[in-house]
Amino acid sequence: MGRYVARRLLLTIPVLIGASFLIFAMVYALPGDPIRALAGDRPLPASVQAALRAEYNLDDPLLVQYGKYVLGLVQGDFGTDFSGRPVLQTISERLPVTATLTGVAIVFEIIIGIAAGVLAGLRRGSFFDNLVLVTTTLLVSIPVLVLGFVSQYVLGVRLGVVPVAGINEGLYSYLLPGLILAAISLAYVARLTRTSLADSLRADYVRTARAKGLDRRTVVVRHTLRNSLIPVVTFIGADIGSLLGGAIITESVFNIPGLGRAVFESIQRQEGSVVVGVITLLVFFFIFFNLVVDVLYAVLDPRIRYE
Amino acid sequence: MRVPTRTTRAMAIAMAGVFALSACGGSDDGGGSGDGATGGGAGDPDATWSMYIGQPENPLVPGNTSETEGGQVVDSLWTGLVQYSREDTSVEYTGVAESIESDDQQTWTITLKDGWTFHDGTDVTASSFVDAWNYTALSDNAQQNSYFFGNIEGYDDLQAETDDEGNVVAPPAATEMSGLEVVDDQTFTVTLTSPFAQFPLTLGYTAFYPMSQAFLDDPEGMATETPIGNGPFMAEAPLSDGQGIDLVRYDDYAGEDAAQSGGVSYRIYTDVNTAYNDVQGGNLDLVDSIPPDAIASAQDVFGDRYLESPSSSFQYLGYPLYDPRFEDVRVRQAMSMAIDRDAISQAIFQGSRTAADDFVSPVVNGYREGACEYCQYDPEAAAALLAETDFDTSQPIELWFNSGAGHDAWVQAVGNQLRDNLGVDYTLRGDLDFAQYLPRGDDKGFTGPFRSGWVMDYPSMQNYLEPLFSTGAQPPAGSNNTFYSSEEFDSLLQQGNSAATDDEAVELYQQADDVLLEDMPAIPMFFSVVQSVWSENISNVYVDPFTRVDAAAVTVNS
Repeated sequence: MGRYVARRLLLTIPVLIGASFLIFAMVYALPGDPIRALAGDRPLPASVQAALRAEYNLDDPLLVQYGKYVLGLVQGDFGTDFSGRPVLQTISERLPVTATLTGVAIVFEIIIGIAAGVLAGLRRGSFFDNLVLVTTTLLVSIPVLVLGFVSQYVLGVRLGVVPVAGINEGLYSYLLPGLILAAISLAYVARLTRTSLADSLRADYVRTARAKGLDRRTVVVRHTLRNSLIPVVTFIGADIGSLLGGAIITESVFNIPGLGRAVFESIQRQEGSVVVGVITLLVFFFIFFNLVVDVLYAVLDPRIRYE
Repeated sequence: MRVPTRTTRAMAIAMAGVFALSACGGSDDGGGSGDGATGGGAGDPDATWSMYIGQPENPLVPGNTSETEGGQVVDSLWTGLVQYSREDTSVEYTGVAESIESDDQQTWTITLKDGWTFHDGTDVTASSFVDAWNYTALSDNAQQNSYFFGNIEGYDDLQAETDDEGNVVAPPAATEMSGLEVVDDQTFTVTLTSPFAQFPLTLGYTAFYPMSQAFLDDPEGMATETPIGNGPFMAEAPLSDGQGIDLVRYDDYAGEDAAQSGGVSYRIYTDVNTAYNDVQGGNLDLVDSIPPDAIASAQDVFGDRYLESPSSSFQYLGYPLYDPRFEDVRVRQAMSMAIDRDAISQAIFQGSRTAADDFVSPVVNGYREGACEYCQYDPEAAAALLAETDFDTSQPIELWFNSGAGHDAWVQAVGNQLRDNLGVDYTLRGDLDFAQYLPRGDDKGFTGPFRSGWVMDYPSMQNYLEPLFSTGAQPPAGSNNTFYSSEEFDSLLQQGNSAATDDEAVELYQQADDVLLEDMPAIPMFFSVVQSVWSENISNVYVDPFTRVDAAAVTVNS
């Protein structure tokens, strides 16, 4: 197990190098002139443009730019954005915000999603099962933007039960955005749990367990649920990765200063250093949580062994 | 081992993210604003309030701040040599300068008042200005407001020499402009390359603010530290990325217009709609440019806490004068006459734009209502005038604008009117974002009228004429993207610049404006109005033509 994990972690290194280079190349390939766009309609003397280009290595060829970037990286220097702010500072300020938001969303996913899925799966065809079916379909089909703005207006502006935007009120501020961010995944988790549980309940070993006289609770919790959670855990693991970087819409609607918005704004401004730094970090998280999921498999299903 | 599949998937997702994101580029044009105050009465002098800003693009360094969002904060933190009157944007000596005088409009002596201090307790002296200006002007420091010092003697020596491809071939020859000289702690002189009567009027702009010795000793390190200014508010911590900055009243402020509240908290929002919701929910006190679709309802919702202010923003469609198709002045006049600006303003901007009838904004001295004869909507005359020319109406007119900044609707409306009134079809060319659009203009790449905008740097007619239409301002040196060049216009501007008095200058600028109004190198389209709303918590809101809220004047109701 230990060797397996170590091997997997070592393999992330070439992945990160490859991913960062690809992203770097894509930002490099973006058309347009970021330095010219900085000044907008106002003139920017050629001498000042030259100084800015030199500062951000923009006049070097791609490989040289990337080389300089990696060289800085190994020395712990993530570079700076166009306003001279160290990228590391941006990440360290924004990562906790994004992590909190993702955390709240995942908690909603797990609690509401799995609970609804289990209840629906146990009582297939019941009113509750149908209710879950309709609600999840609805959640998946409404765009997050609409869901976000409507709930913000109704719950925040009209009723005033949750903060409208921002993160000034601690964890409380993350409640509604977390729920909105979780909405779609939550629906998938509920569906996945329901189907998977329903399948397992029909399996032979469950019939055997029942036949030898185990009570319903033990059958469901120990024999069925544990098995049927494997696909759900896979989904949630992958979801943590994508929620970390993909919360741009939610972050914008609720004005939460997270990583998603930083990447979005940086791509608009073609700030390679920020884009590459943040996305490489997100790729790392993605790989990491996948590894966690794989390790969890072994915990959930004793038949799975890694060596 | 399933690592390979995972690798690909992780990368695919990261890449998909990049693609999805890069599809949404764009940039905004300048906002606008104006005049008006409400409420009154003594408030709670120690209470604080909050205000919306967008994400500032640069660190809070005056020499590097050229956009409105950072500009709002910088204006609260610093006070310049002069300020502008609320009534007619004329110069008021309520800033650091005691007097700014010259006999020949070329060599100016600036005398400072006593008692001004920076937030770290050090004195504001002549060197605070001279050193700051030299720092900003020196091209090695890559400051965006560098070009503001272009008319000071010796500026060219501070610029690295570049070849045609923009590569540096020689470093700057000097680090101090020869035209700046410190006489004593309270006095310095400025020598310009040519006479400029309105020089004092330019000195209220952000680029000319003084900098503390602490900043000048370590500019790069200080750029992301707590800013040190000399204004009515001081910062206690640096700007927090994506969140904002809290300012408190500076009790040793030497100016007359000290802060009337205990502090202001600038909160950064990505989306102004969210800020508008927040002010409705009572969590935010002021939004100074509400979203256009909220304008109609805002008046009902906020009542006397709603304010319309004219802004200096000027929108126009430039003609690519390098294109022979637009060579004939009658073609340019006809197209301008075929556009019903009022209708577009009402239908698309809900009144947040007004039809332009001059090349200069109504907020500056010298603007003449209805000066632009060819801006009056007259479809019959337009069609008749176009028929006199050999303009090929079978070829569509290409209309250019930058993408992602909300220009699609009004440019299309212009196209429809040209088609209906002149019988020329049109094609929209709105697929380039700002980063591609601007270089295209610099390289004479436009094939039809193109959208452009201007927000004034200082309240003078000259600032709408010289940077946009003078021969010397053609790219890459300036923003004259139409590549208009007229000896008569240039010479009238020069005469205006060296006029002995403001009134004479304005008269000559108006004559220069008249040349433009006949030549029509561009189609004046709109002037802007911004709408602000605020909570019941505050009073005395005033938004100046730079779209900046006078934060010091705001009072918090007790």
